[in-house]
Amino acid sequence: MQSYNIAKRLRLAAAALLLAFSPAAVFEALAAGGREADALTLYSGRGEALVDPLIERFEEETGIKVNVRYGGTAELAVLLQEEGSRTPADLFWAQDAGALGALSTADRFRELPEDLYADLPAIYRSRTGSWVATSGRARVLVYSNERVEEGERPSSVFDLADERYAGRFGWAPTNGSFQAFVTAMRVVHGDDRTADWLEAMDEGGALRYRNNTALVEAIGAGEIDFAITNNYYLLRFLADDPDYPASQMFFEGGDIGNLVNVAGVAILAESDRREQAVEFVRFLLSRWSQEFFTGEIYEYPVLEGVEPNAQLETFETLLEASPELDLDAMEDLDGTLALLRELGLL
Amino acid sequence: MPASGRRPPWFLLVAASIGAIGVLLPLAYLVLRAFEADLQAVQALVFRQRNLRLLFNTLTLSFTVLVGTTLLAVPLAFITVRTDIRHKRLLTILATLPLAVPGYVMAYALISLGGNYGILARLTGLALPRMSGLSGAAAALTLYTYPYLFLNLRAALAGVDPSYEETARSLGYGRTEIFFKVTLPHLRPALLAGWLVIGLYVLGDFGAVALMRYEVFSYAIFTQYHGAFDRVYAAWLSLMLLAMTVGVVGLEWRLLGRTKLWRSGSGVGRKPAEVPLGRTRPFAKLFVWLVILAAVGLPVLILSYWLLLAPPDLRPAQVAASFAASAAASVPAAALAALLALPVAYTAARYPSVISRTLERAAYIGYAIPPLALALAMVFFALRSAPALYQTLPLLILAYALNFQALAIGPIRSAVLQASPRLEEAARSLGRNRVEAFVSTVLPLLRRGIVAGGVLVFVIAMKELPITFLLAPTGYRTLAMNVFSRTSEAMLAQAAPYAAAIVVFSGLFIGFLLKHEGSR
Repeated sequence: MQSYNIAKRLRLAAAALLLAFSPAAVFEALAAGGREADALTLYSGRGEALVDPLIERFEEETGIKVNVRYGGTAELAVLLQEEGSRTPADLFWAQDAGALGALSTADRFRELPEDLYADLPAIYRSRTGSWVATSGRARVLVYSNERVEEGERPSSVFDLADERYAGRFGWAPTNGSFQAFVTAMRVVHGDDRTADWLEAMDEGGALRYRNNTALVEAIGAGEIDFAITNNYYLLRFLADDPDYPASQMFFEGGDIGNLVNVAGVAILAESDRREQAVEFVRFLLSRWSQEFFTGEIYEYPVLEGVEPNAQLETFETLLEASPELDLDAMEDLDGTLALLRELGLL
Repeated sequence: MPASGRRPPWFLLVAASIGAIGVLLPLAYLVLRAFEADLQAVQALVFRQRNLRLLFNTLTLSFTVLVGTTLLAVPLAFITVRTDIRHKRLLTILATLPLAVPGYVMAYALISLGGNYGILARLTGLALPRMSGLSGAAAALTLYTYPYLFLNLRAALAGVDPSYEETARSLGYGRTEIFFKVTLPHLRPALLAGWLVIGLYVLGDFGAVALMRYEVFSYAIFTQYHGAFDRVYAAWLSLMLLAMTVGVVGLEWRLLGRTKLWRSGSGVGRKPAEVPLGRTRPFAKLFVWLVILAAVGLPVLILSYWLLLAPPDLRPAQVAASFAASAAASVPAAALAALLALPVAYTAARYPSVISRTLERAAYIGYAIPPLALALAMVFFALRSAPALYQTLPLLILAYALNFQALAIGPIRSAVLQASPRLEEAARSLGRNRVEAFVSTVLPLLRRGIVAGGVLVFVIAMKELPITFLLAPTGYRTLAMNVFSRTSEAMLAQAAPYAAAIVVFSGLFIGFLLKHEGSR
């Protein structure tokens, strides 16, 4: 009698475990069926809400299926390094150029056909040929409508180190765009001047936030009055809430604070679906996609002849505002990180 | 005769070792990466003063959170288990619900309260400064980790034999004296297990502290992976973190000592009599409801606010599919974790020795490994040994189970400590073998502990992010991934349905299991 109970209990336990694991089996079967042999695998550091519509359109137009792995640009870059030559990825679409530079230096990318990037404006062109910019974003100064007077707006990013801005500024040292900006500053103005500026800002009580969205939120919340971020963050806030109490502006023309950054895509060297991958890159540089980037996401298109969103500054203004700089010169991210660490910012 | 001092049977050791061997894999990976380092760079990057400062912040935060969670969980557990307060089940479920809330949602909820553009300002015109720093981080972490301690304490309190307290009372001890001298020592294993889980969680947390702008040690690890895309120095920092873990776990074992909690005489196990609240009733009720309001009410308020502010176009099919994806990974992970934890907890309780201590320590190391490091380790080993498994669901389930098995150990261990070995001895003397004796006598008594362990793992797996991002099959979309991708683009209204789904489904699961866990 007792052993019957125990046997029954063990059987029940086994059944329960099987039941617990069965959804996994079902899922696996369904998922494996969905993953077709010829589908492209894209690792995307760009968000799902932005990328999904593009993927749908691409699949419609070309019939090539794309499986997307979303994540942070940095996590995906580290994953690609860990996977090494065994990576299942065909494409890597990064939110900013730092990750692309790091992987490019490690020879992880396959060269792209020159016609893809030959026609791009100079500020978007990378001469390495291993990755190509898909959209641009300008660094801007976001400031509070309520607490910043007309005369208080700085004309150069270097002005922010001034005493009257003490305790009113926020930045995001861990953010890729910020680090790219510091790298650019080092290239154009030299390490010493950059280090001096960073130190002065830190001593002036610059508050640290985790990313650009948090900076814009902090301005709304009243914690800071100024922040340097990318141009589209505030625009997205304003799209949801036209009364948001902040505005943005460029610094004076040519100032390093107006750096133009890019999102970019590359094809992995190990990919054996090169043709389809190139088609995808071509699609991202097509008129439709470029209009999507500027219309829905408020970024700057890289394709000549595509008009930027009406809410953005015109391309001519952008060219006037942006500093003279080589995208490829910005590959020394390590040096920037070392500097930020030395100053205790990271 | 005490159970300790005897060697555990070989099959038990083998079963208990499986989880520990699993944890060895990520450890080996970290050591491998660490050896790729340039020693000078290690000096500059790892052993610098700033890291010490970050470490100090971490320890301060951990201590504050431990104090906070104890102050919340001990009275809560006592009130809901041992007093005559009404609606016990409801209060218990509500008090456990914060487990269902993802940490970043809770931190976001707290931050959204204040500021010129915050909820308080928009509803009442009152603009308080936003929560941040140590106080903000401690508040957020306390509010959503106290249930770990609460559940452990519940299991322990409910299992305390009333004859101890009755004996004490017959010897003339007053009620408060009994609580501090008799009841509290019984809770020591539960307290230590809960503190351990919470302490290790705080050591490794990055999400809530980042939102609260409080820089802790995990920040150093994060910036290695994120800024430098570097796995080598991140490995060094992770190993440092794990060294701390070993120290903390060792401390816990020392404090636990050789606690024996079972009834040594003859007699029947009974439910303890309820303590009448009397004049303290309104205070007790106020306390319980304040905690619930802060820990559950607040996130619910925020989510509702986001949903109402800009109603997103709800796509129930997508949310449902997302939920199915989350559950398909979390449920098997919970079962596997409980399975891995059971032999470890049993061995640790019945045959305390260096071996059992090491096995338990291994499980906690699995818990304390920075999730990104654990994920990369699984990538590394899967690609080299079983590439077919790479980016498949079973690998994700395994990673979850290895990471969270430690959560299940605490409740199960408390339950085993309260079950007398006499029962098994009696069964064996009647002719059963060891396994039969265990299954027929002790296993039913462990039900509450196993359930608590399984629930803890399920709920944390539902919210998990970094491992999921790296190991889930490409295209697999859990609820947590959906929430995160939308909140990081500041599309809060779109994130709300997914966050609400996590909270609701995890909450339902918690409620269902607590309702049916049965009584002794």
